[in-house]
Amino acid sequence: MEFERDTEQKDMQRLVQTFAKEVIAPRAAEIDDTDQFPRDIIRKMGELGLMGLPIPEEWDGVGADFVSYITAIEEISYASATVGVILAVHTSVGSFPILYFGTQEQKEKYLRKLATGEFIGAFALTEANAGSDASSIQTRATRDGDSYILNGAKVFITNGGEADVYCVFAVTNPGRGNRGISAFLVDKDTPGFHVGKKERKMGLNGSATCELLFEDARVPVTSRLGAEGEGFSIAMRLLDGGRIGIAAQALGIARAALDTANQYVRTRKQFGQALFQFQGLQFMLADMATKVEAAKWLVYHAAYLKNKGVECSKEASMAKLFASDTAMQVTTDAVQLLGGYGYIKDFAVERYMRDAKITQIYEGTNQIQRIVIARNLEHR
Amino acid sequence: MDFLLDKEHEQIRQLVRDFANREVAPGAAQRDEEEHFDRNIFTKMAELGLTGIPWPEEYGGAGIDYLAYVITIEELSRVDASAGVVLSAHTSLAGWPIYKFGNEAQKQKYLKPMAEGTWMGAYALTEPGSGSDSAGMRTTAVRDGDDYILNGSKVFITNGGEAEVYVVFAVTSPEKKTRGITAFIVEKGTPGFTFGKKEKKMGIRSSTTVELIFDNCRVPVENRLGEEDFGFKIAMMTLDGGRNGIAAQALGIAQGAFEQARDYALQRKQFGKAIADQQAIQFKLADMATKIEASRLLTYQAAWLESHGHPYGQASAMSKVFASDTAMEVTTDAVQVFGGYGFMRDYPVERMMRDAKITQIYEGTNEIQRLVIARSVLTNN
Repeated sequence: MEFERDTEQKDMQRLVQTFAKEVIAPRAAEIDDTDQFPRDIIRKMGELGLMGLPIPEEWDGVGADFVSYITAIEEISYASATVGVILAVHTSVGSFPILYFGTQEQKEKYLRKLATGEFIGAFALTEANAGSDASSIQTRATRDGDSYILNGAKVFITNGGEADVYCVFAVTNPGRGNRGISAFLVDKDTPGFHVGKKERKMGLNGSATCELLFEDARVPVTSRLGAEGEGFSIAMRLLDGGRIGIAAQALGIARAALDTANQYVRTRKQFGQALFQFQGLQFMLADMATKVEAAKWLVYHAAYLKNKGVECSKEASMAKLFASDTAMQVTTDAVQLLGGYGYIKDFAVERYMRDAKITQIYEGTNQIQRIVIARNLEHR
Repeated sequence: MDFLLDKEHEQIRQLVRDFANREVAPGAAQRDEEEHFDRNIFTKMAELGLTGIPWPEEYGGAGIDYLAYVITIEELSRVDASAGVVLSAHTSLAGWPIYKFGNEAQKQKYLKPMAEGTWMGAYALTEPGSGSDSAGMRTTAVRDGDDYILNGSKVFITNGGEAEVYVVFAVTSPEKKTRGITAFIVEKGTPGFTFGKKEKKMGIRSSTTVELIFDNCRVPVENRLGEEDFGFKIAMMTLDGGRNGIAAQALGIAQGAFEQARDYALQRKQFGKAIADQQAIQFKLADMATKIEASRLLTYQAAWLESHGHPYGQASAMSKVFASDTAMEVTTDAVQVFGGYGFMRDYPVERMMRDAKITQIYEGTNEIQRLVIARSVLTNN
């Protein structure tokens, strides 16, 4: 075993930390407040290579390993969970499907631009009536000569309206259940493809969460990702990586809240002494720090296995479940430690708490994670 | 980063697991029932080289690392937490301070036979009025020529009565409070050193927990461990590593209880199907497994830090709190999964739940661990 990052991973961590601290952190409150997509920051991340960190160099990515990628999500989410999710979705479910399942032509067309940040990616699976039960999607793709014609609607699509290419799932063969679903790469300006309602959210403000509408949207057969009927299997094979990414986002949020609370209790005085001298508050901090540490090792354990190509569904779900529950608990306690100041926007902890909530919900609710874990309890 | 165990550690896990299943598990319930300490188990551990895992071969040890050691404690505790604590107290609490602070003669005389398993070790810090607060210590050691004369008593001493070697803490300079404490190595059979009450306990009942009585007990100066008045530091540093041994014990208890609950849930049928098919049981099992995995990573990481010479005080306090709280939750839930059967002695989960409780208390209560963590977090940042 080796619990330390290697030199390359450490260098990457330092680079991202510096960028997050200097470029993202000063803007985080404003991004949240204005709910404006931070296009300029994304552009700078592209210039630094952060938008294609785990994409091989032959596709214009950096070729860093999965552990470095997860580190980047953690460090960026430490500064802004909004930027963290933009990156995680762009990479884990916007770029990886093309890297794993795309044709040479699709990689040439999309992956290079995604890896350099010229394009932003998105992933469209969820529908109004198909959340955890993804196999019940209704969006249809009907073959018509060299095209498919897409009809239907997707909801809650991160990077919606901002992305240049969408990995969209639709039913090609209604009689076949899971195996009747196919994946398509849809360009943003495809006729018949519109962005609908932009959601107003509790947190992650500044990241776009949109409805996508398909009205006779014509997508060439060459834009189908994988074989017909392979869509659900593609979606499932992206889950582990996606979940570890969200686990890292949750870890970054939790750490940020812990550090803010830690600073505060050392400076704030009540009853003639600093808050940290009160045992009740020391115990809260100790529990927060311990959970963050446990979450950290679950996240990097899963990232390491994923990087090795070892089956890691159980570990990815454990990391996602534990890190997101920890983020919720730690951010809530951080608000508590700051008291009234924790509730107002002058301090970041109220934003951390709002941002933390979604990590328990998306990329598979924590209830779904528990089902995945329970199914995989045979070994060990 | 590399989270896979290398071959050597995998082999140790397999070796200890086989041994635990074959030699330790079968009699665990009966030993618990009879409060019977079985020295044969310790002797068999010695034959396998488990009684001195982290100590160099020149001192009779296996010359491996703390990771191998915590894996050993975990695997023993998976079937019998008493066996786990016997080895943990022997290694972490008695062996470690002698290895770290003993002179060459002391290591040859005491550490070697301990590592070889012919002698067993114990650690005597706690007194009736001095639990978490070592400053309340009353046992005294007064210099008299080439000896110290010890007077006082110690309580709750694991391996007491059975161990041959005791690392004992006593006050040498009362005015200096904790800075006036000194550590001694005291042999069983030393005149004036006797055993008092043997405690009857909720759990870990096949390990002994005994009162030690020192009545003008004469200990030669060459048995002083470290400098005079340096004992408090030795005691605290010993506990830093010791608590990760307890984390490993808690981890093993939790793992054992989890496996019992999982296997039972898969075969127990109610309402026409296995209770493992009920989502409420699935979610319970998922939460148990997740917390155990986190406990394991925290424990192994703390052991890794110690093996590589990094500071490990905060890490081992975190592993101890988290793993022991997890053990308590998991064993309680395991009893719940078993329902009425969980409450009966026919199944091991009720013993595991009783055993788990002590891991939240000894080697520094979890409240003391939280103070250690808070201090560390507040100063590191």
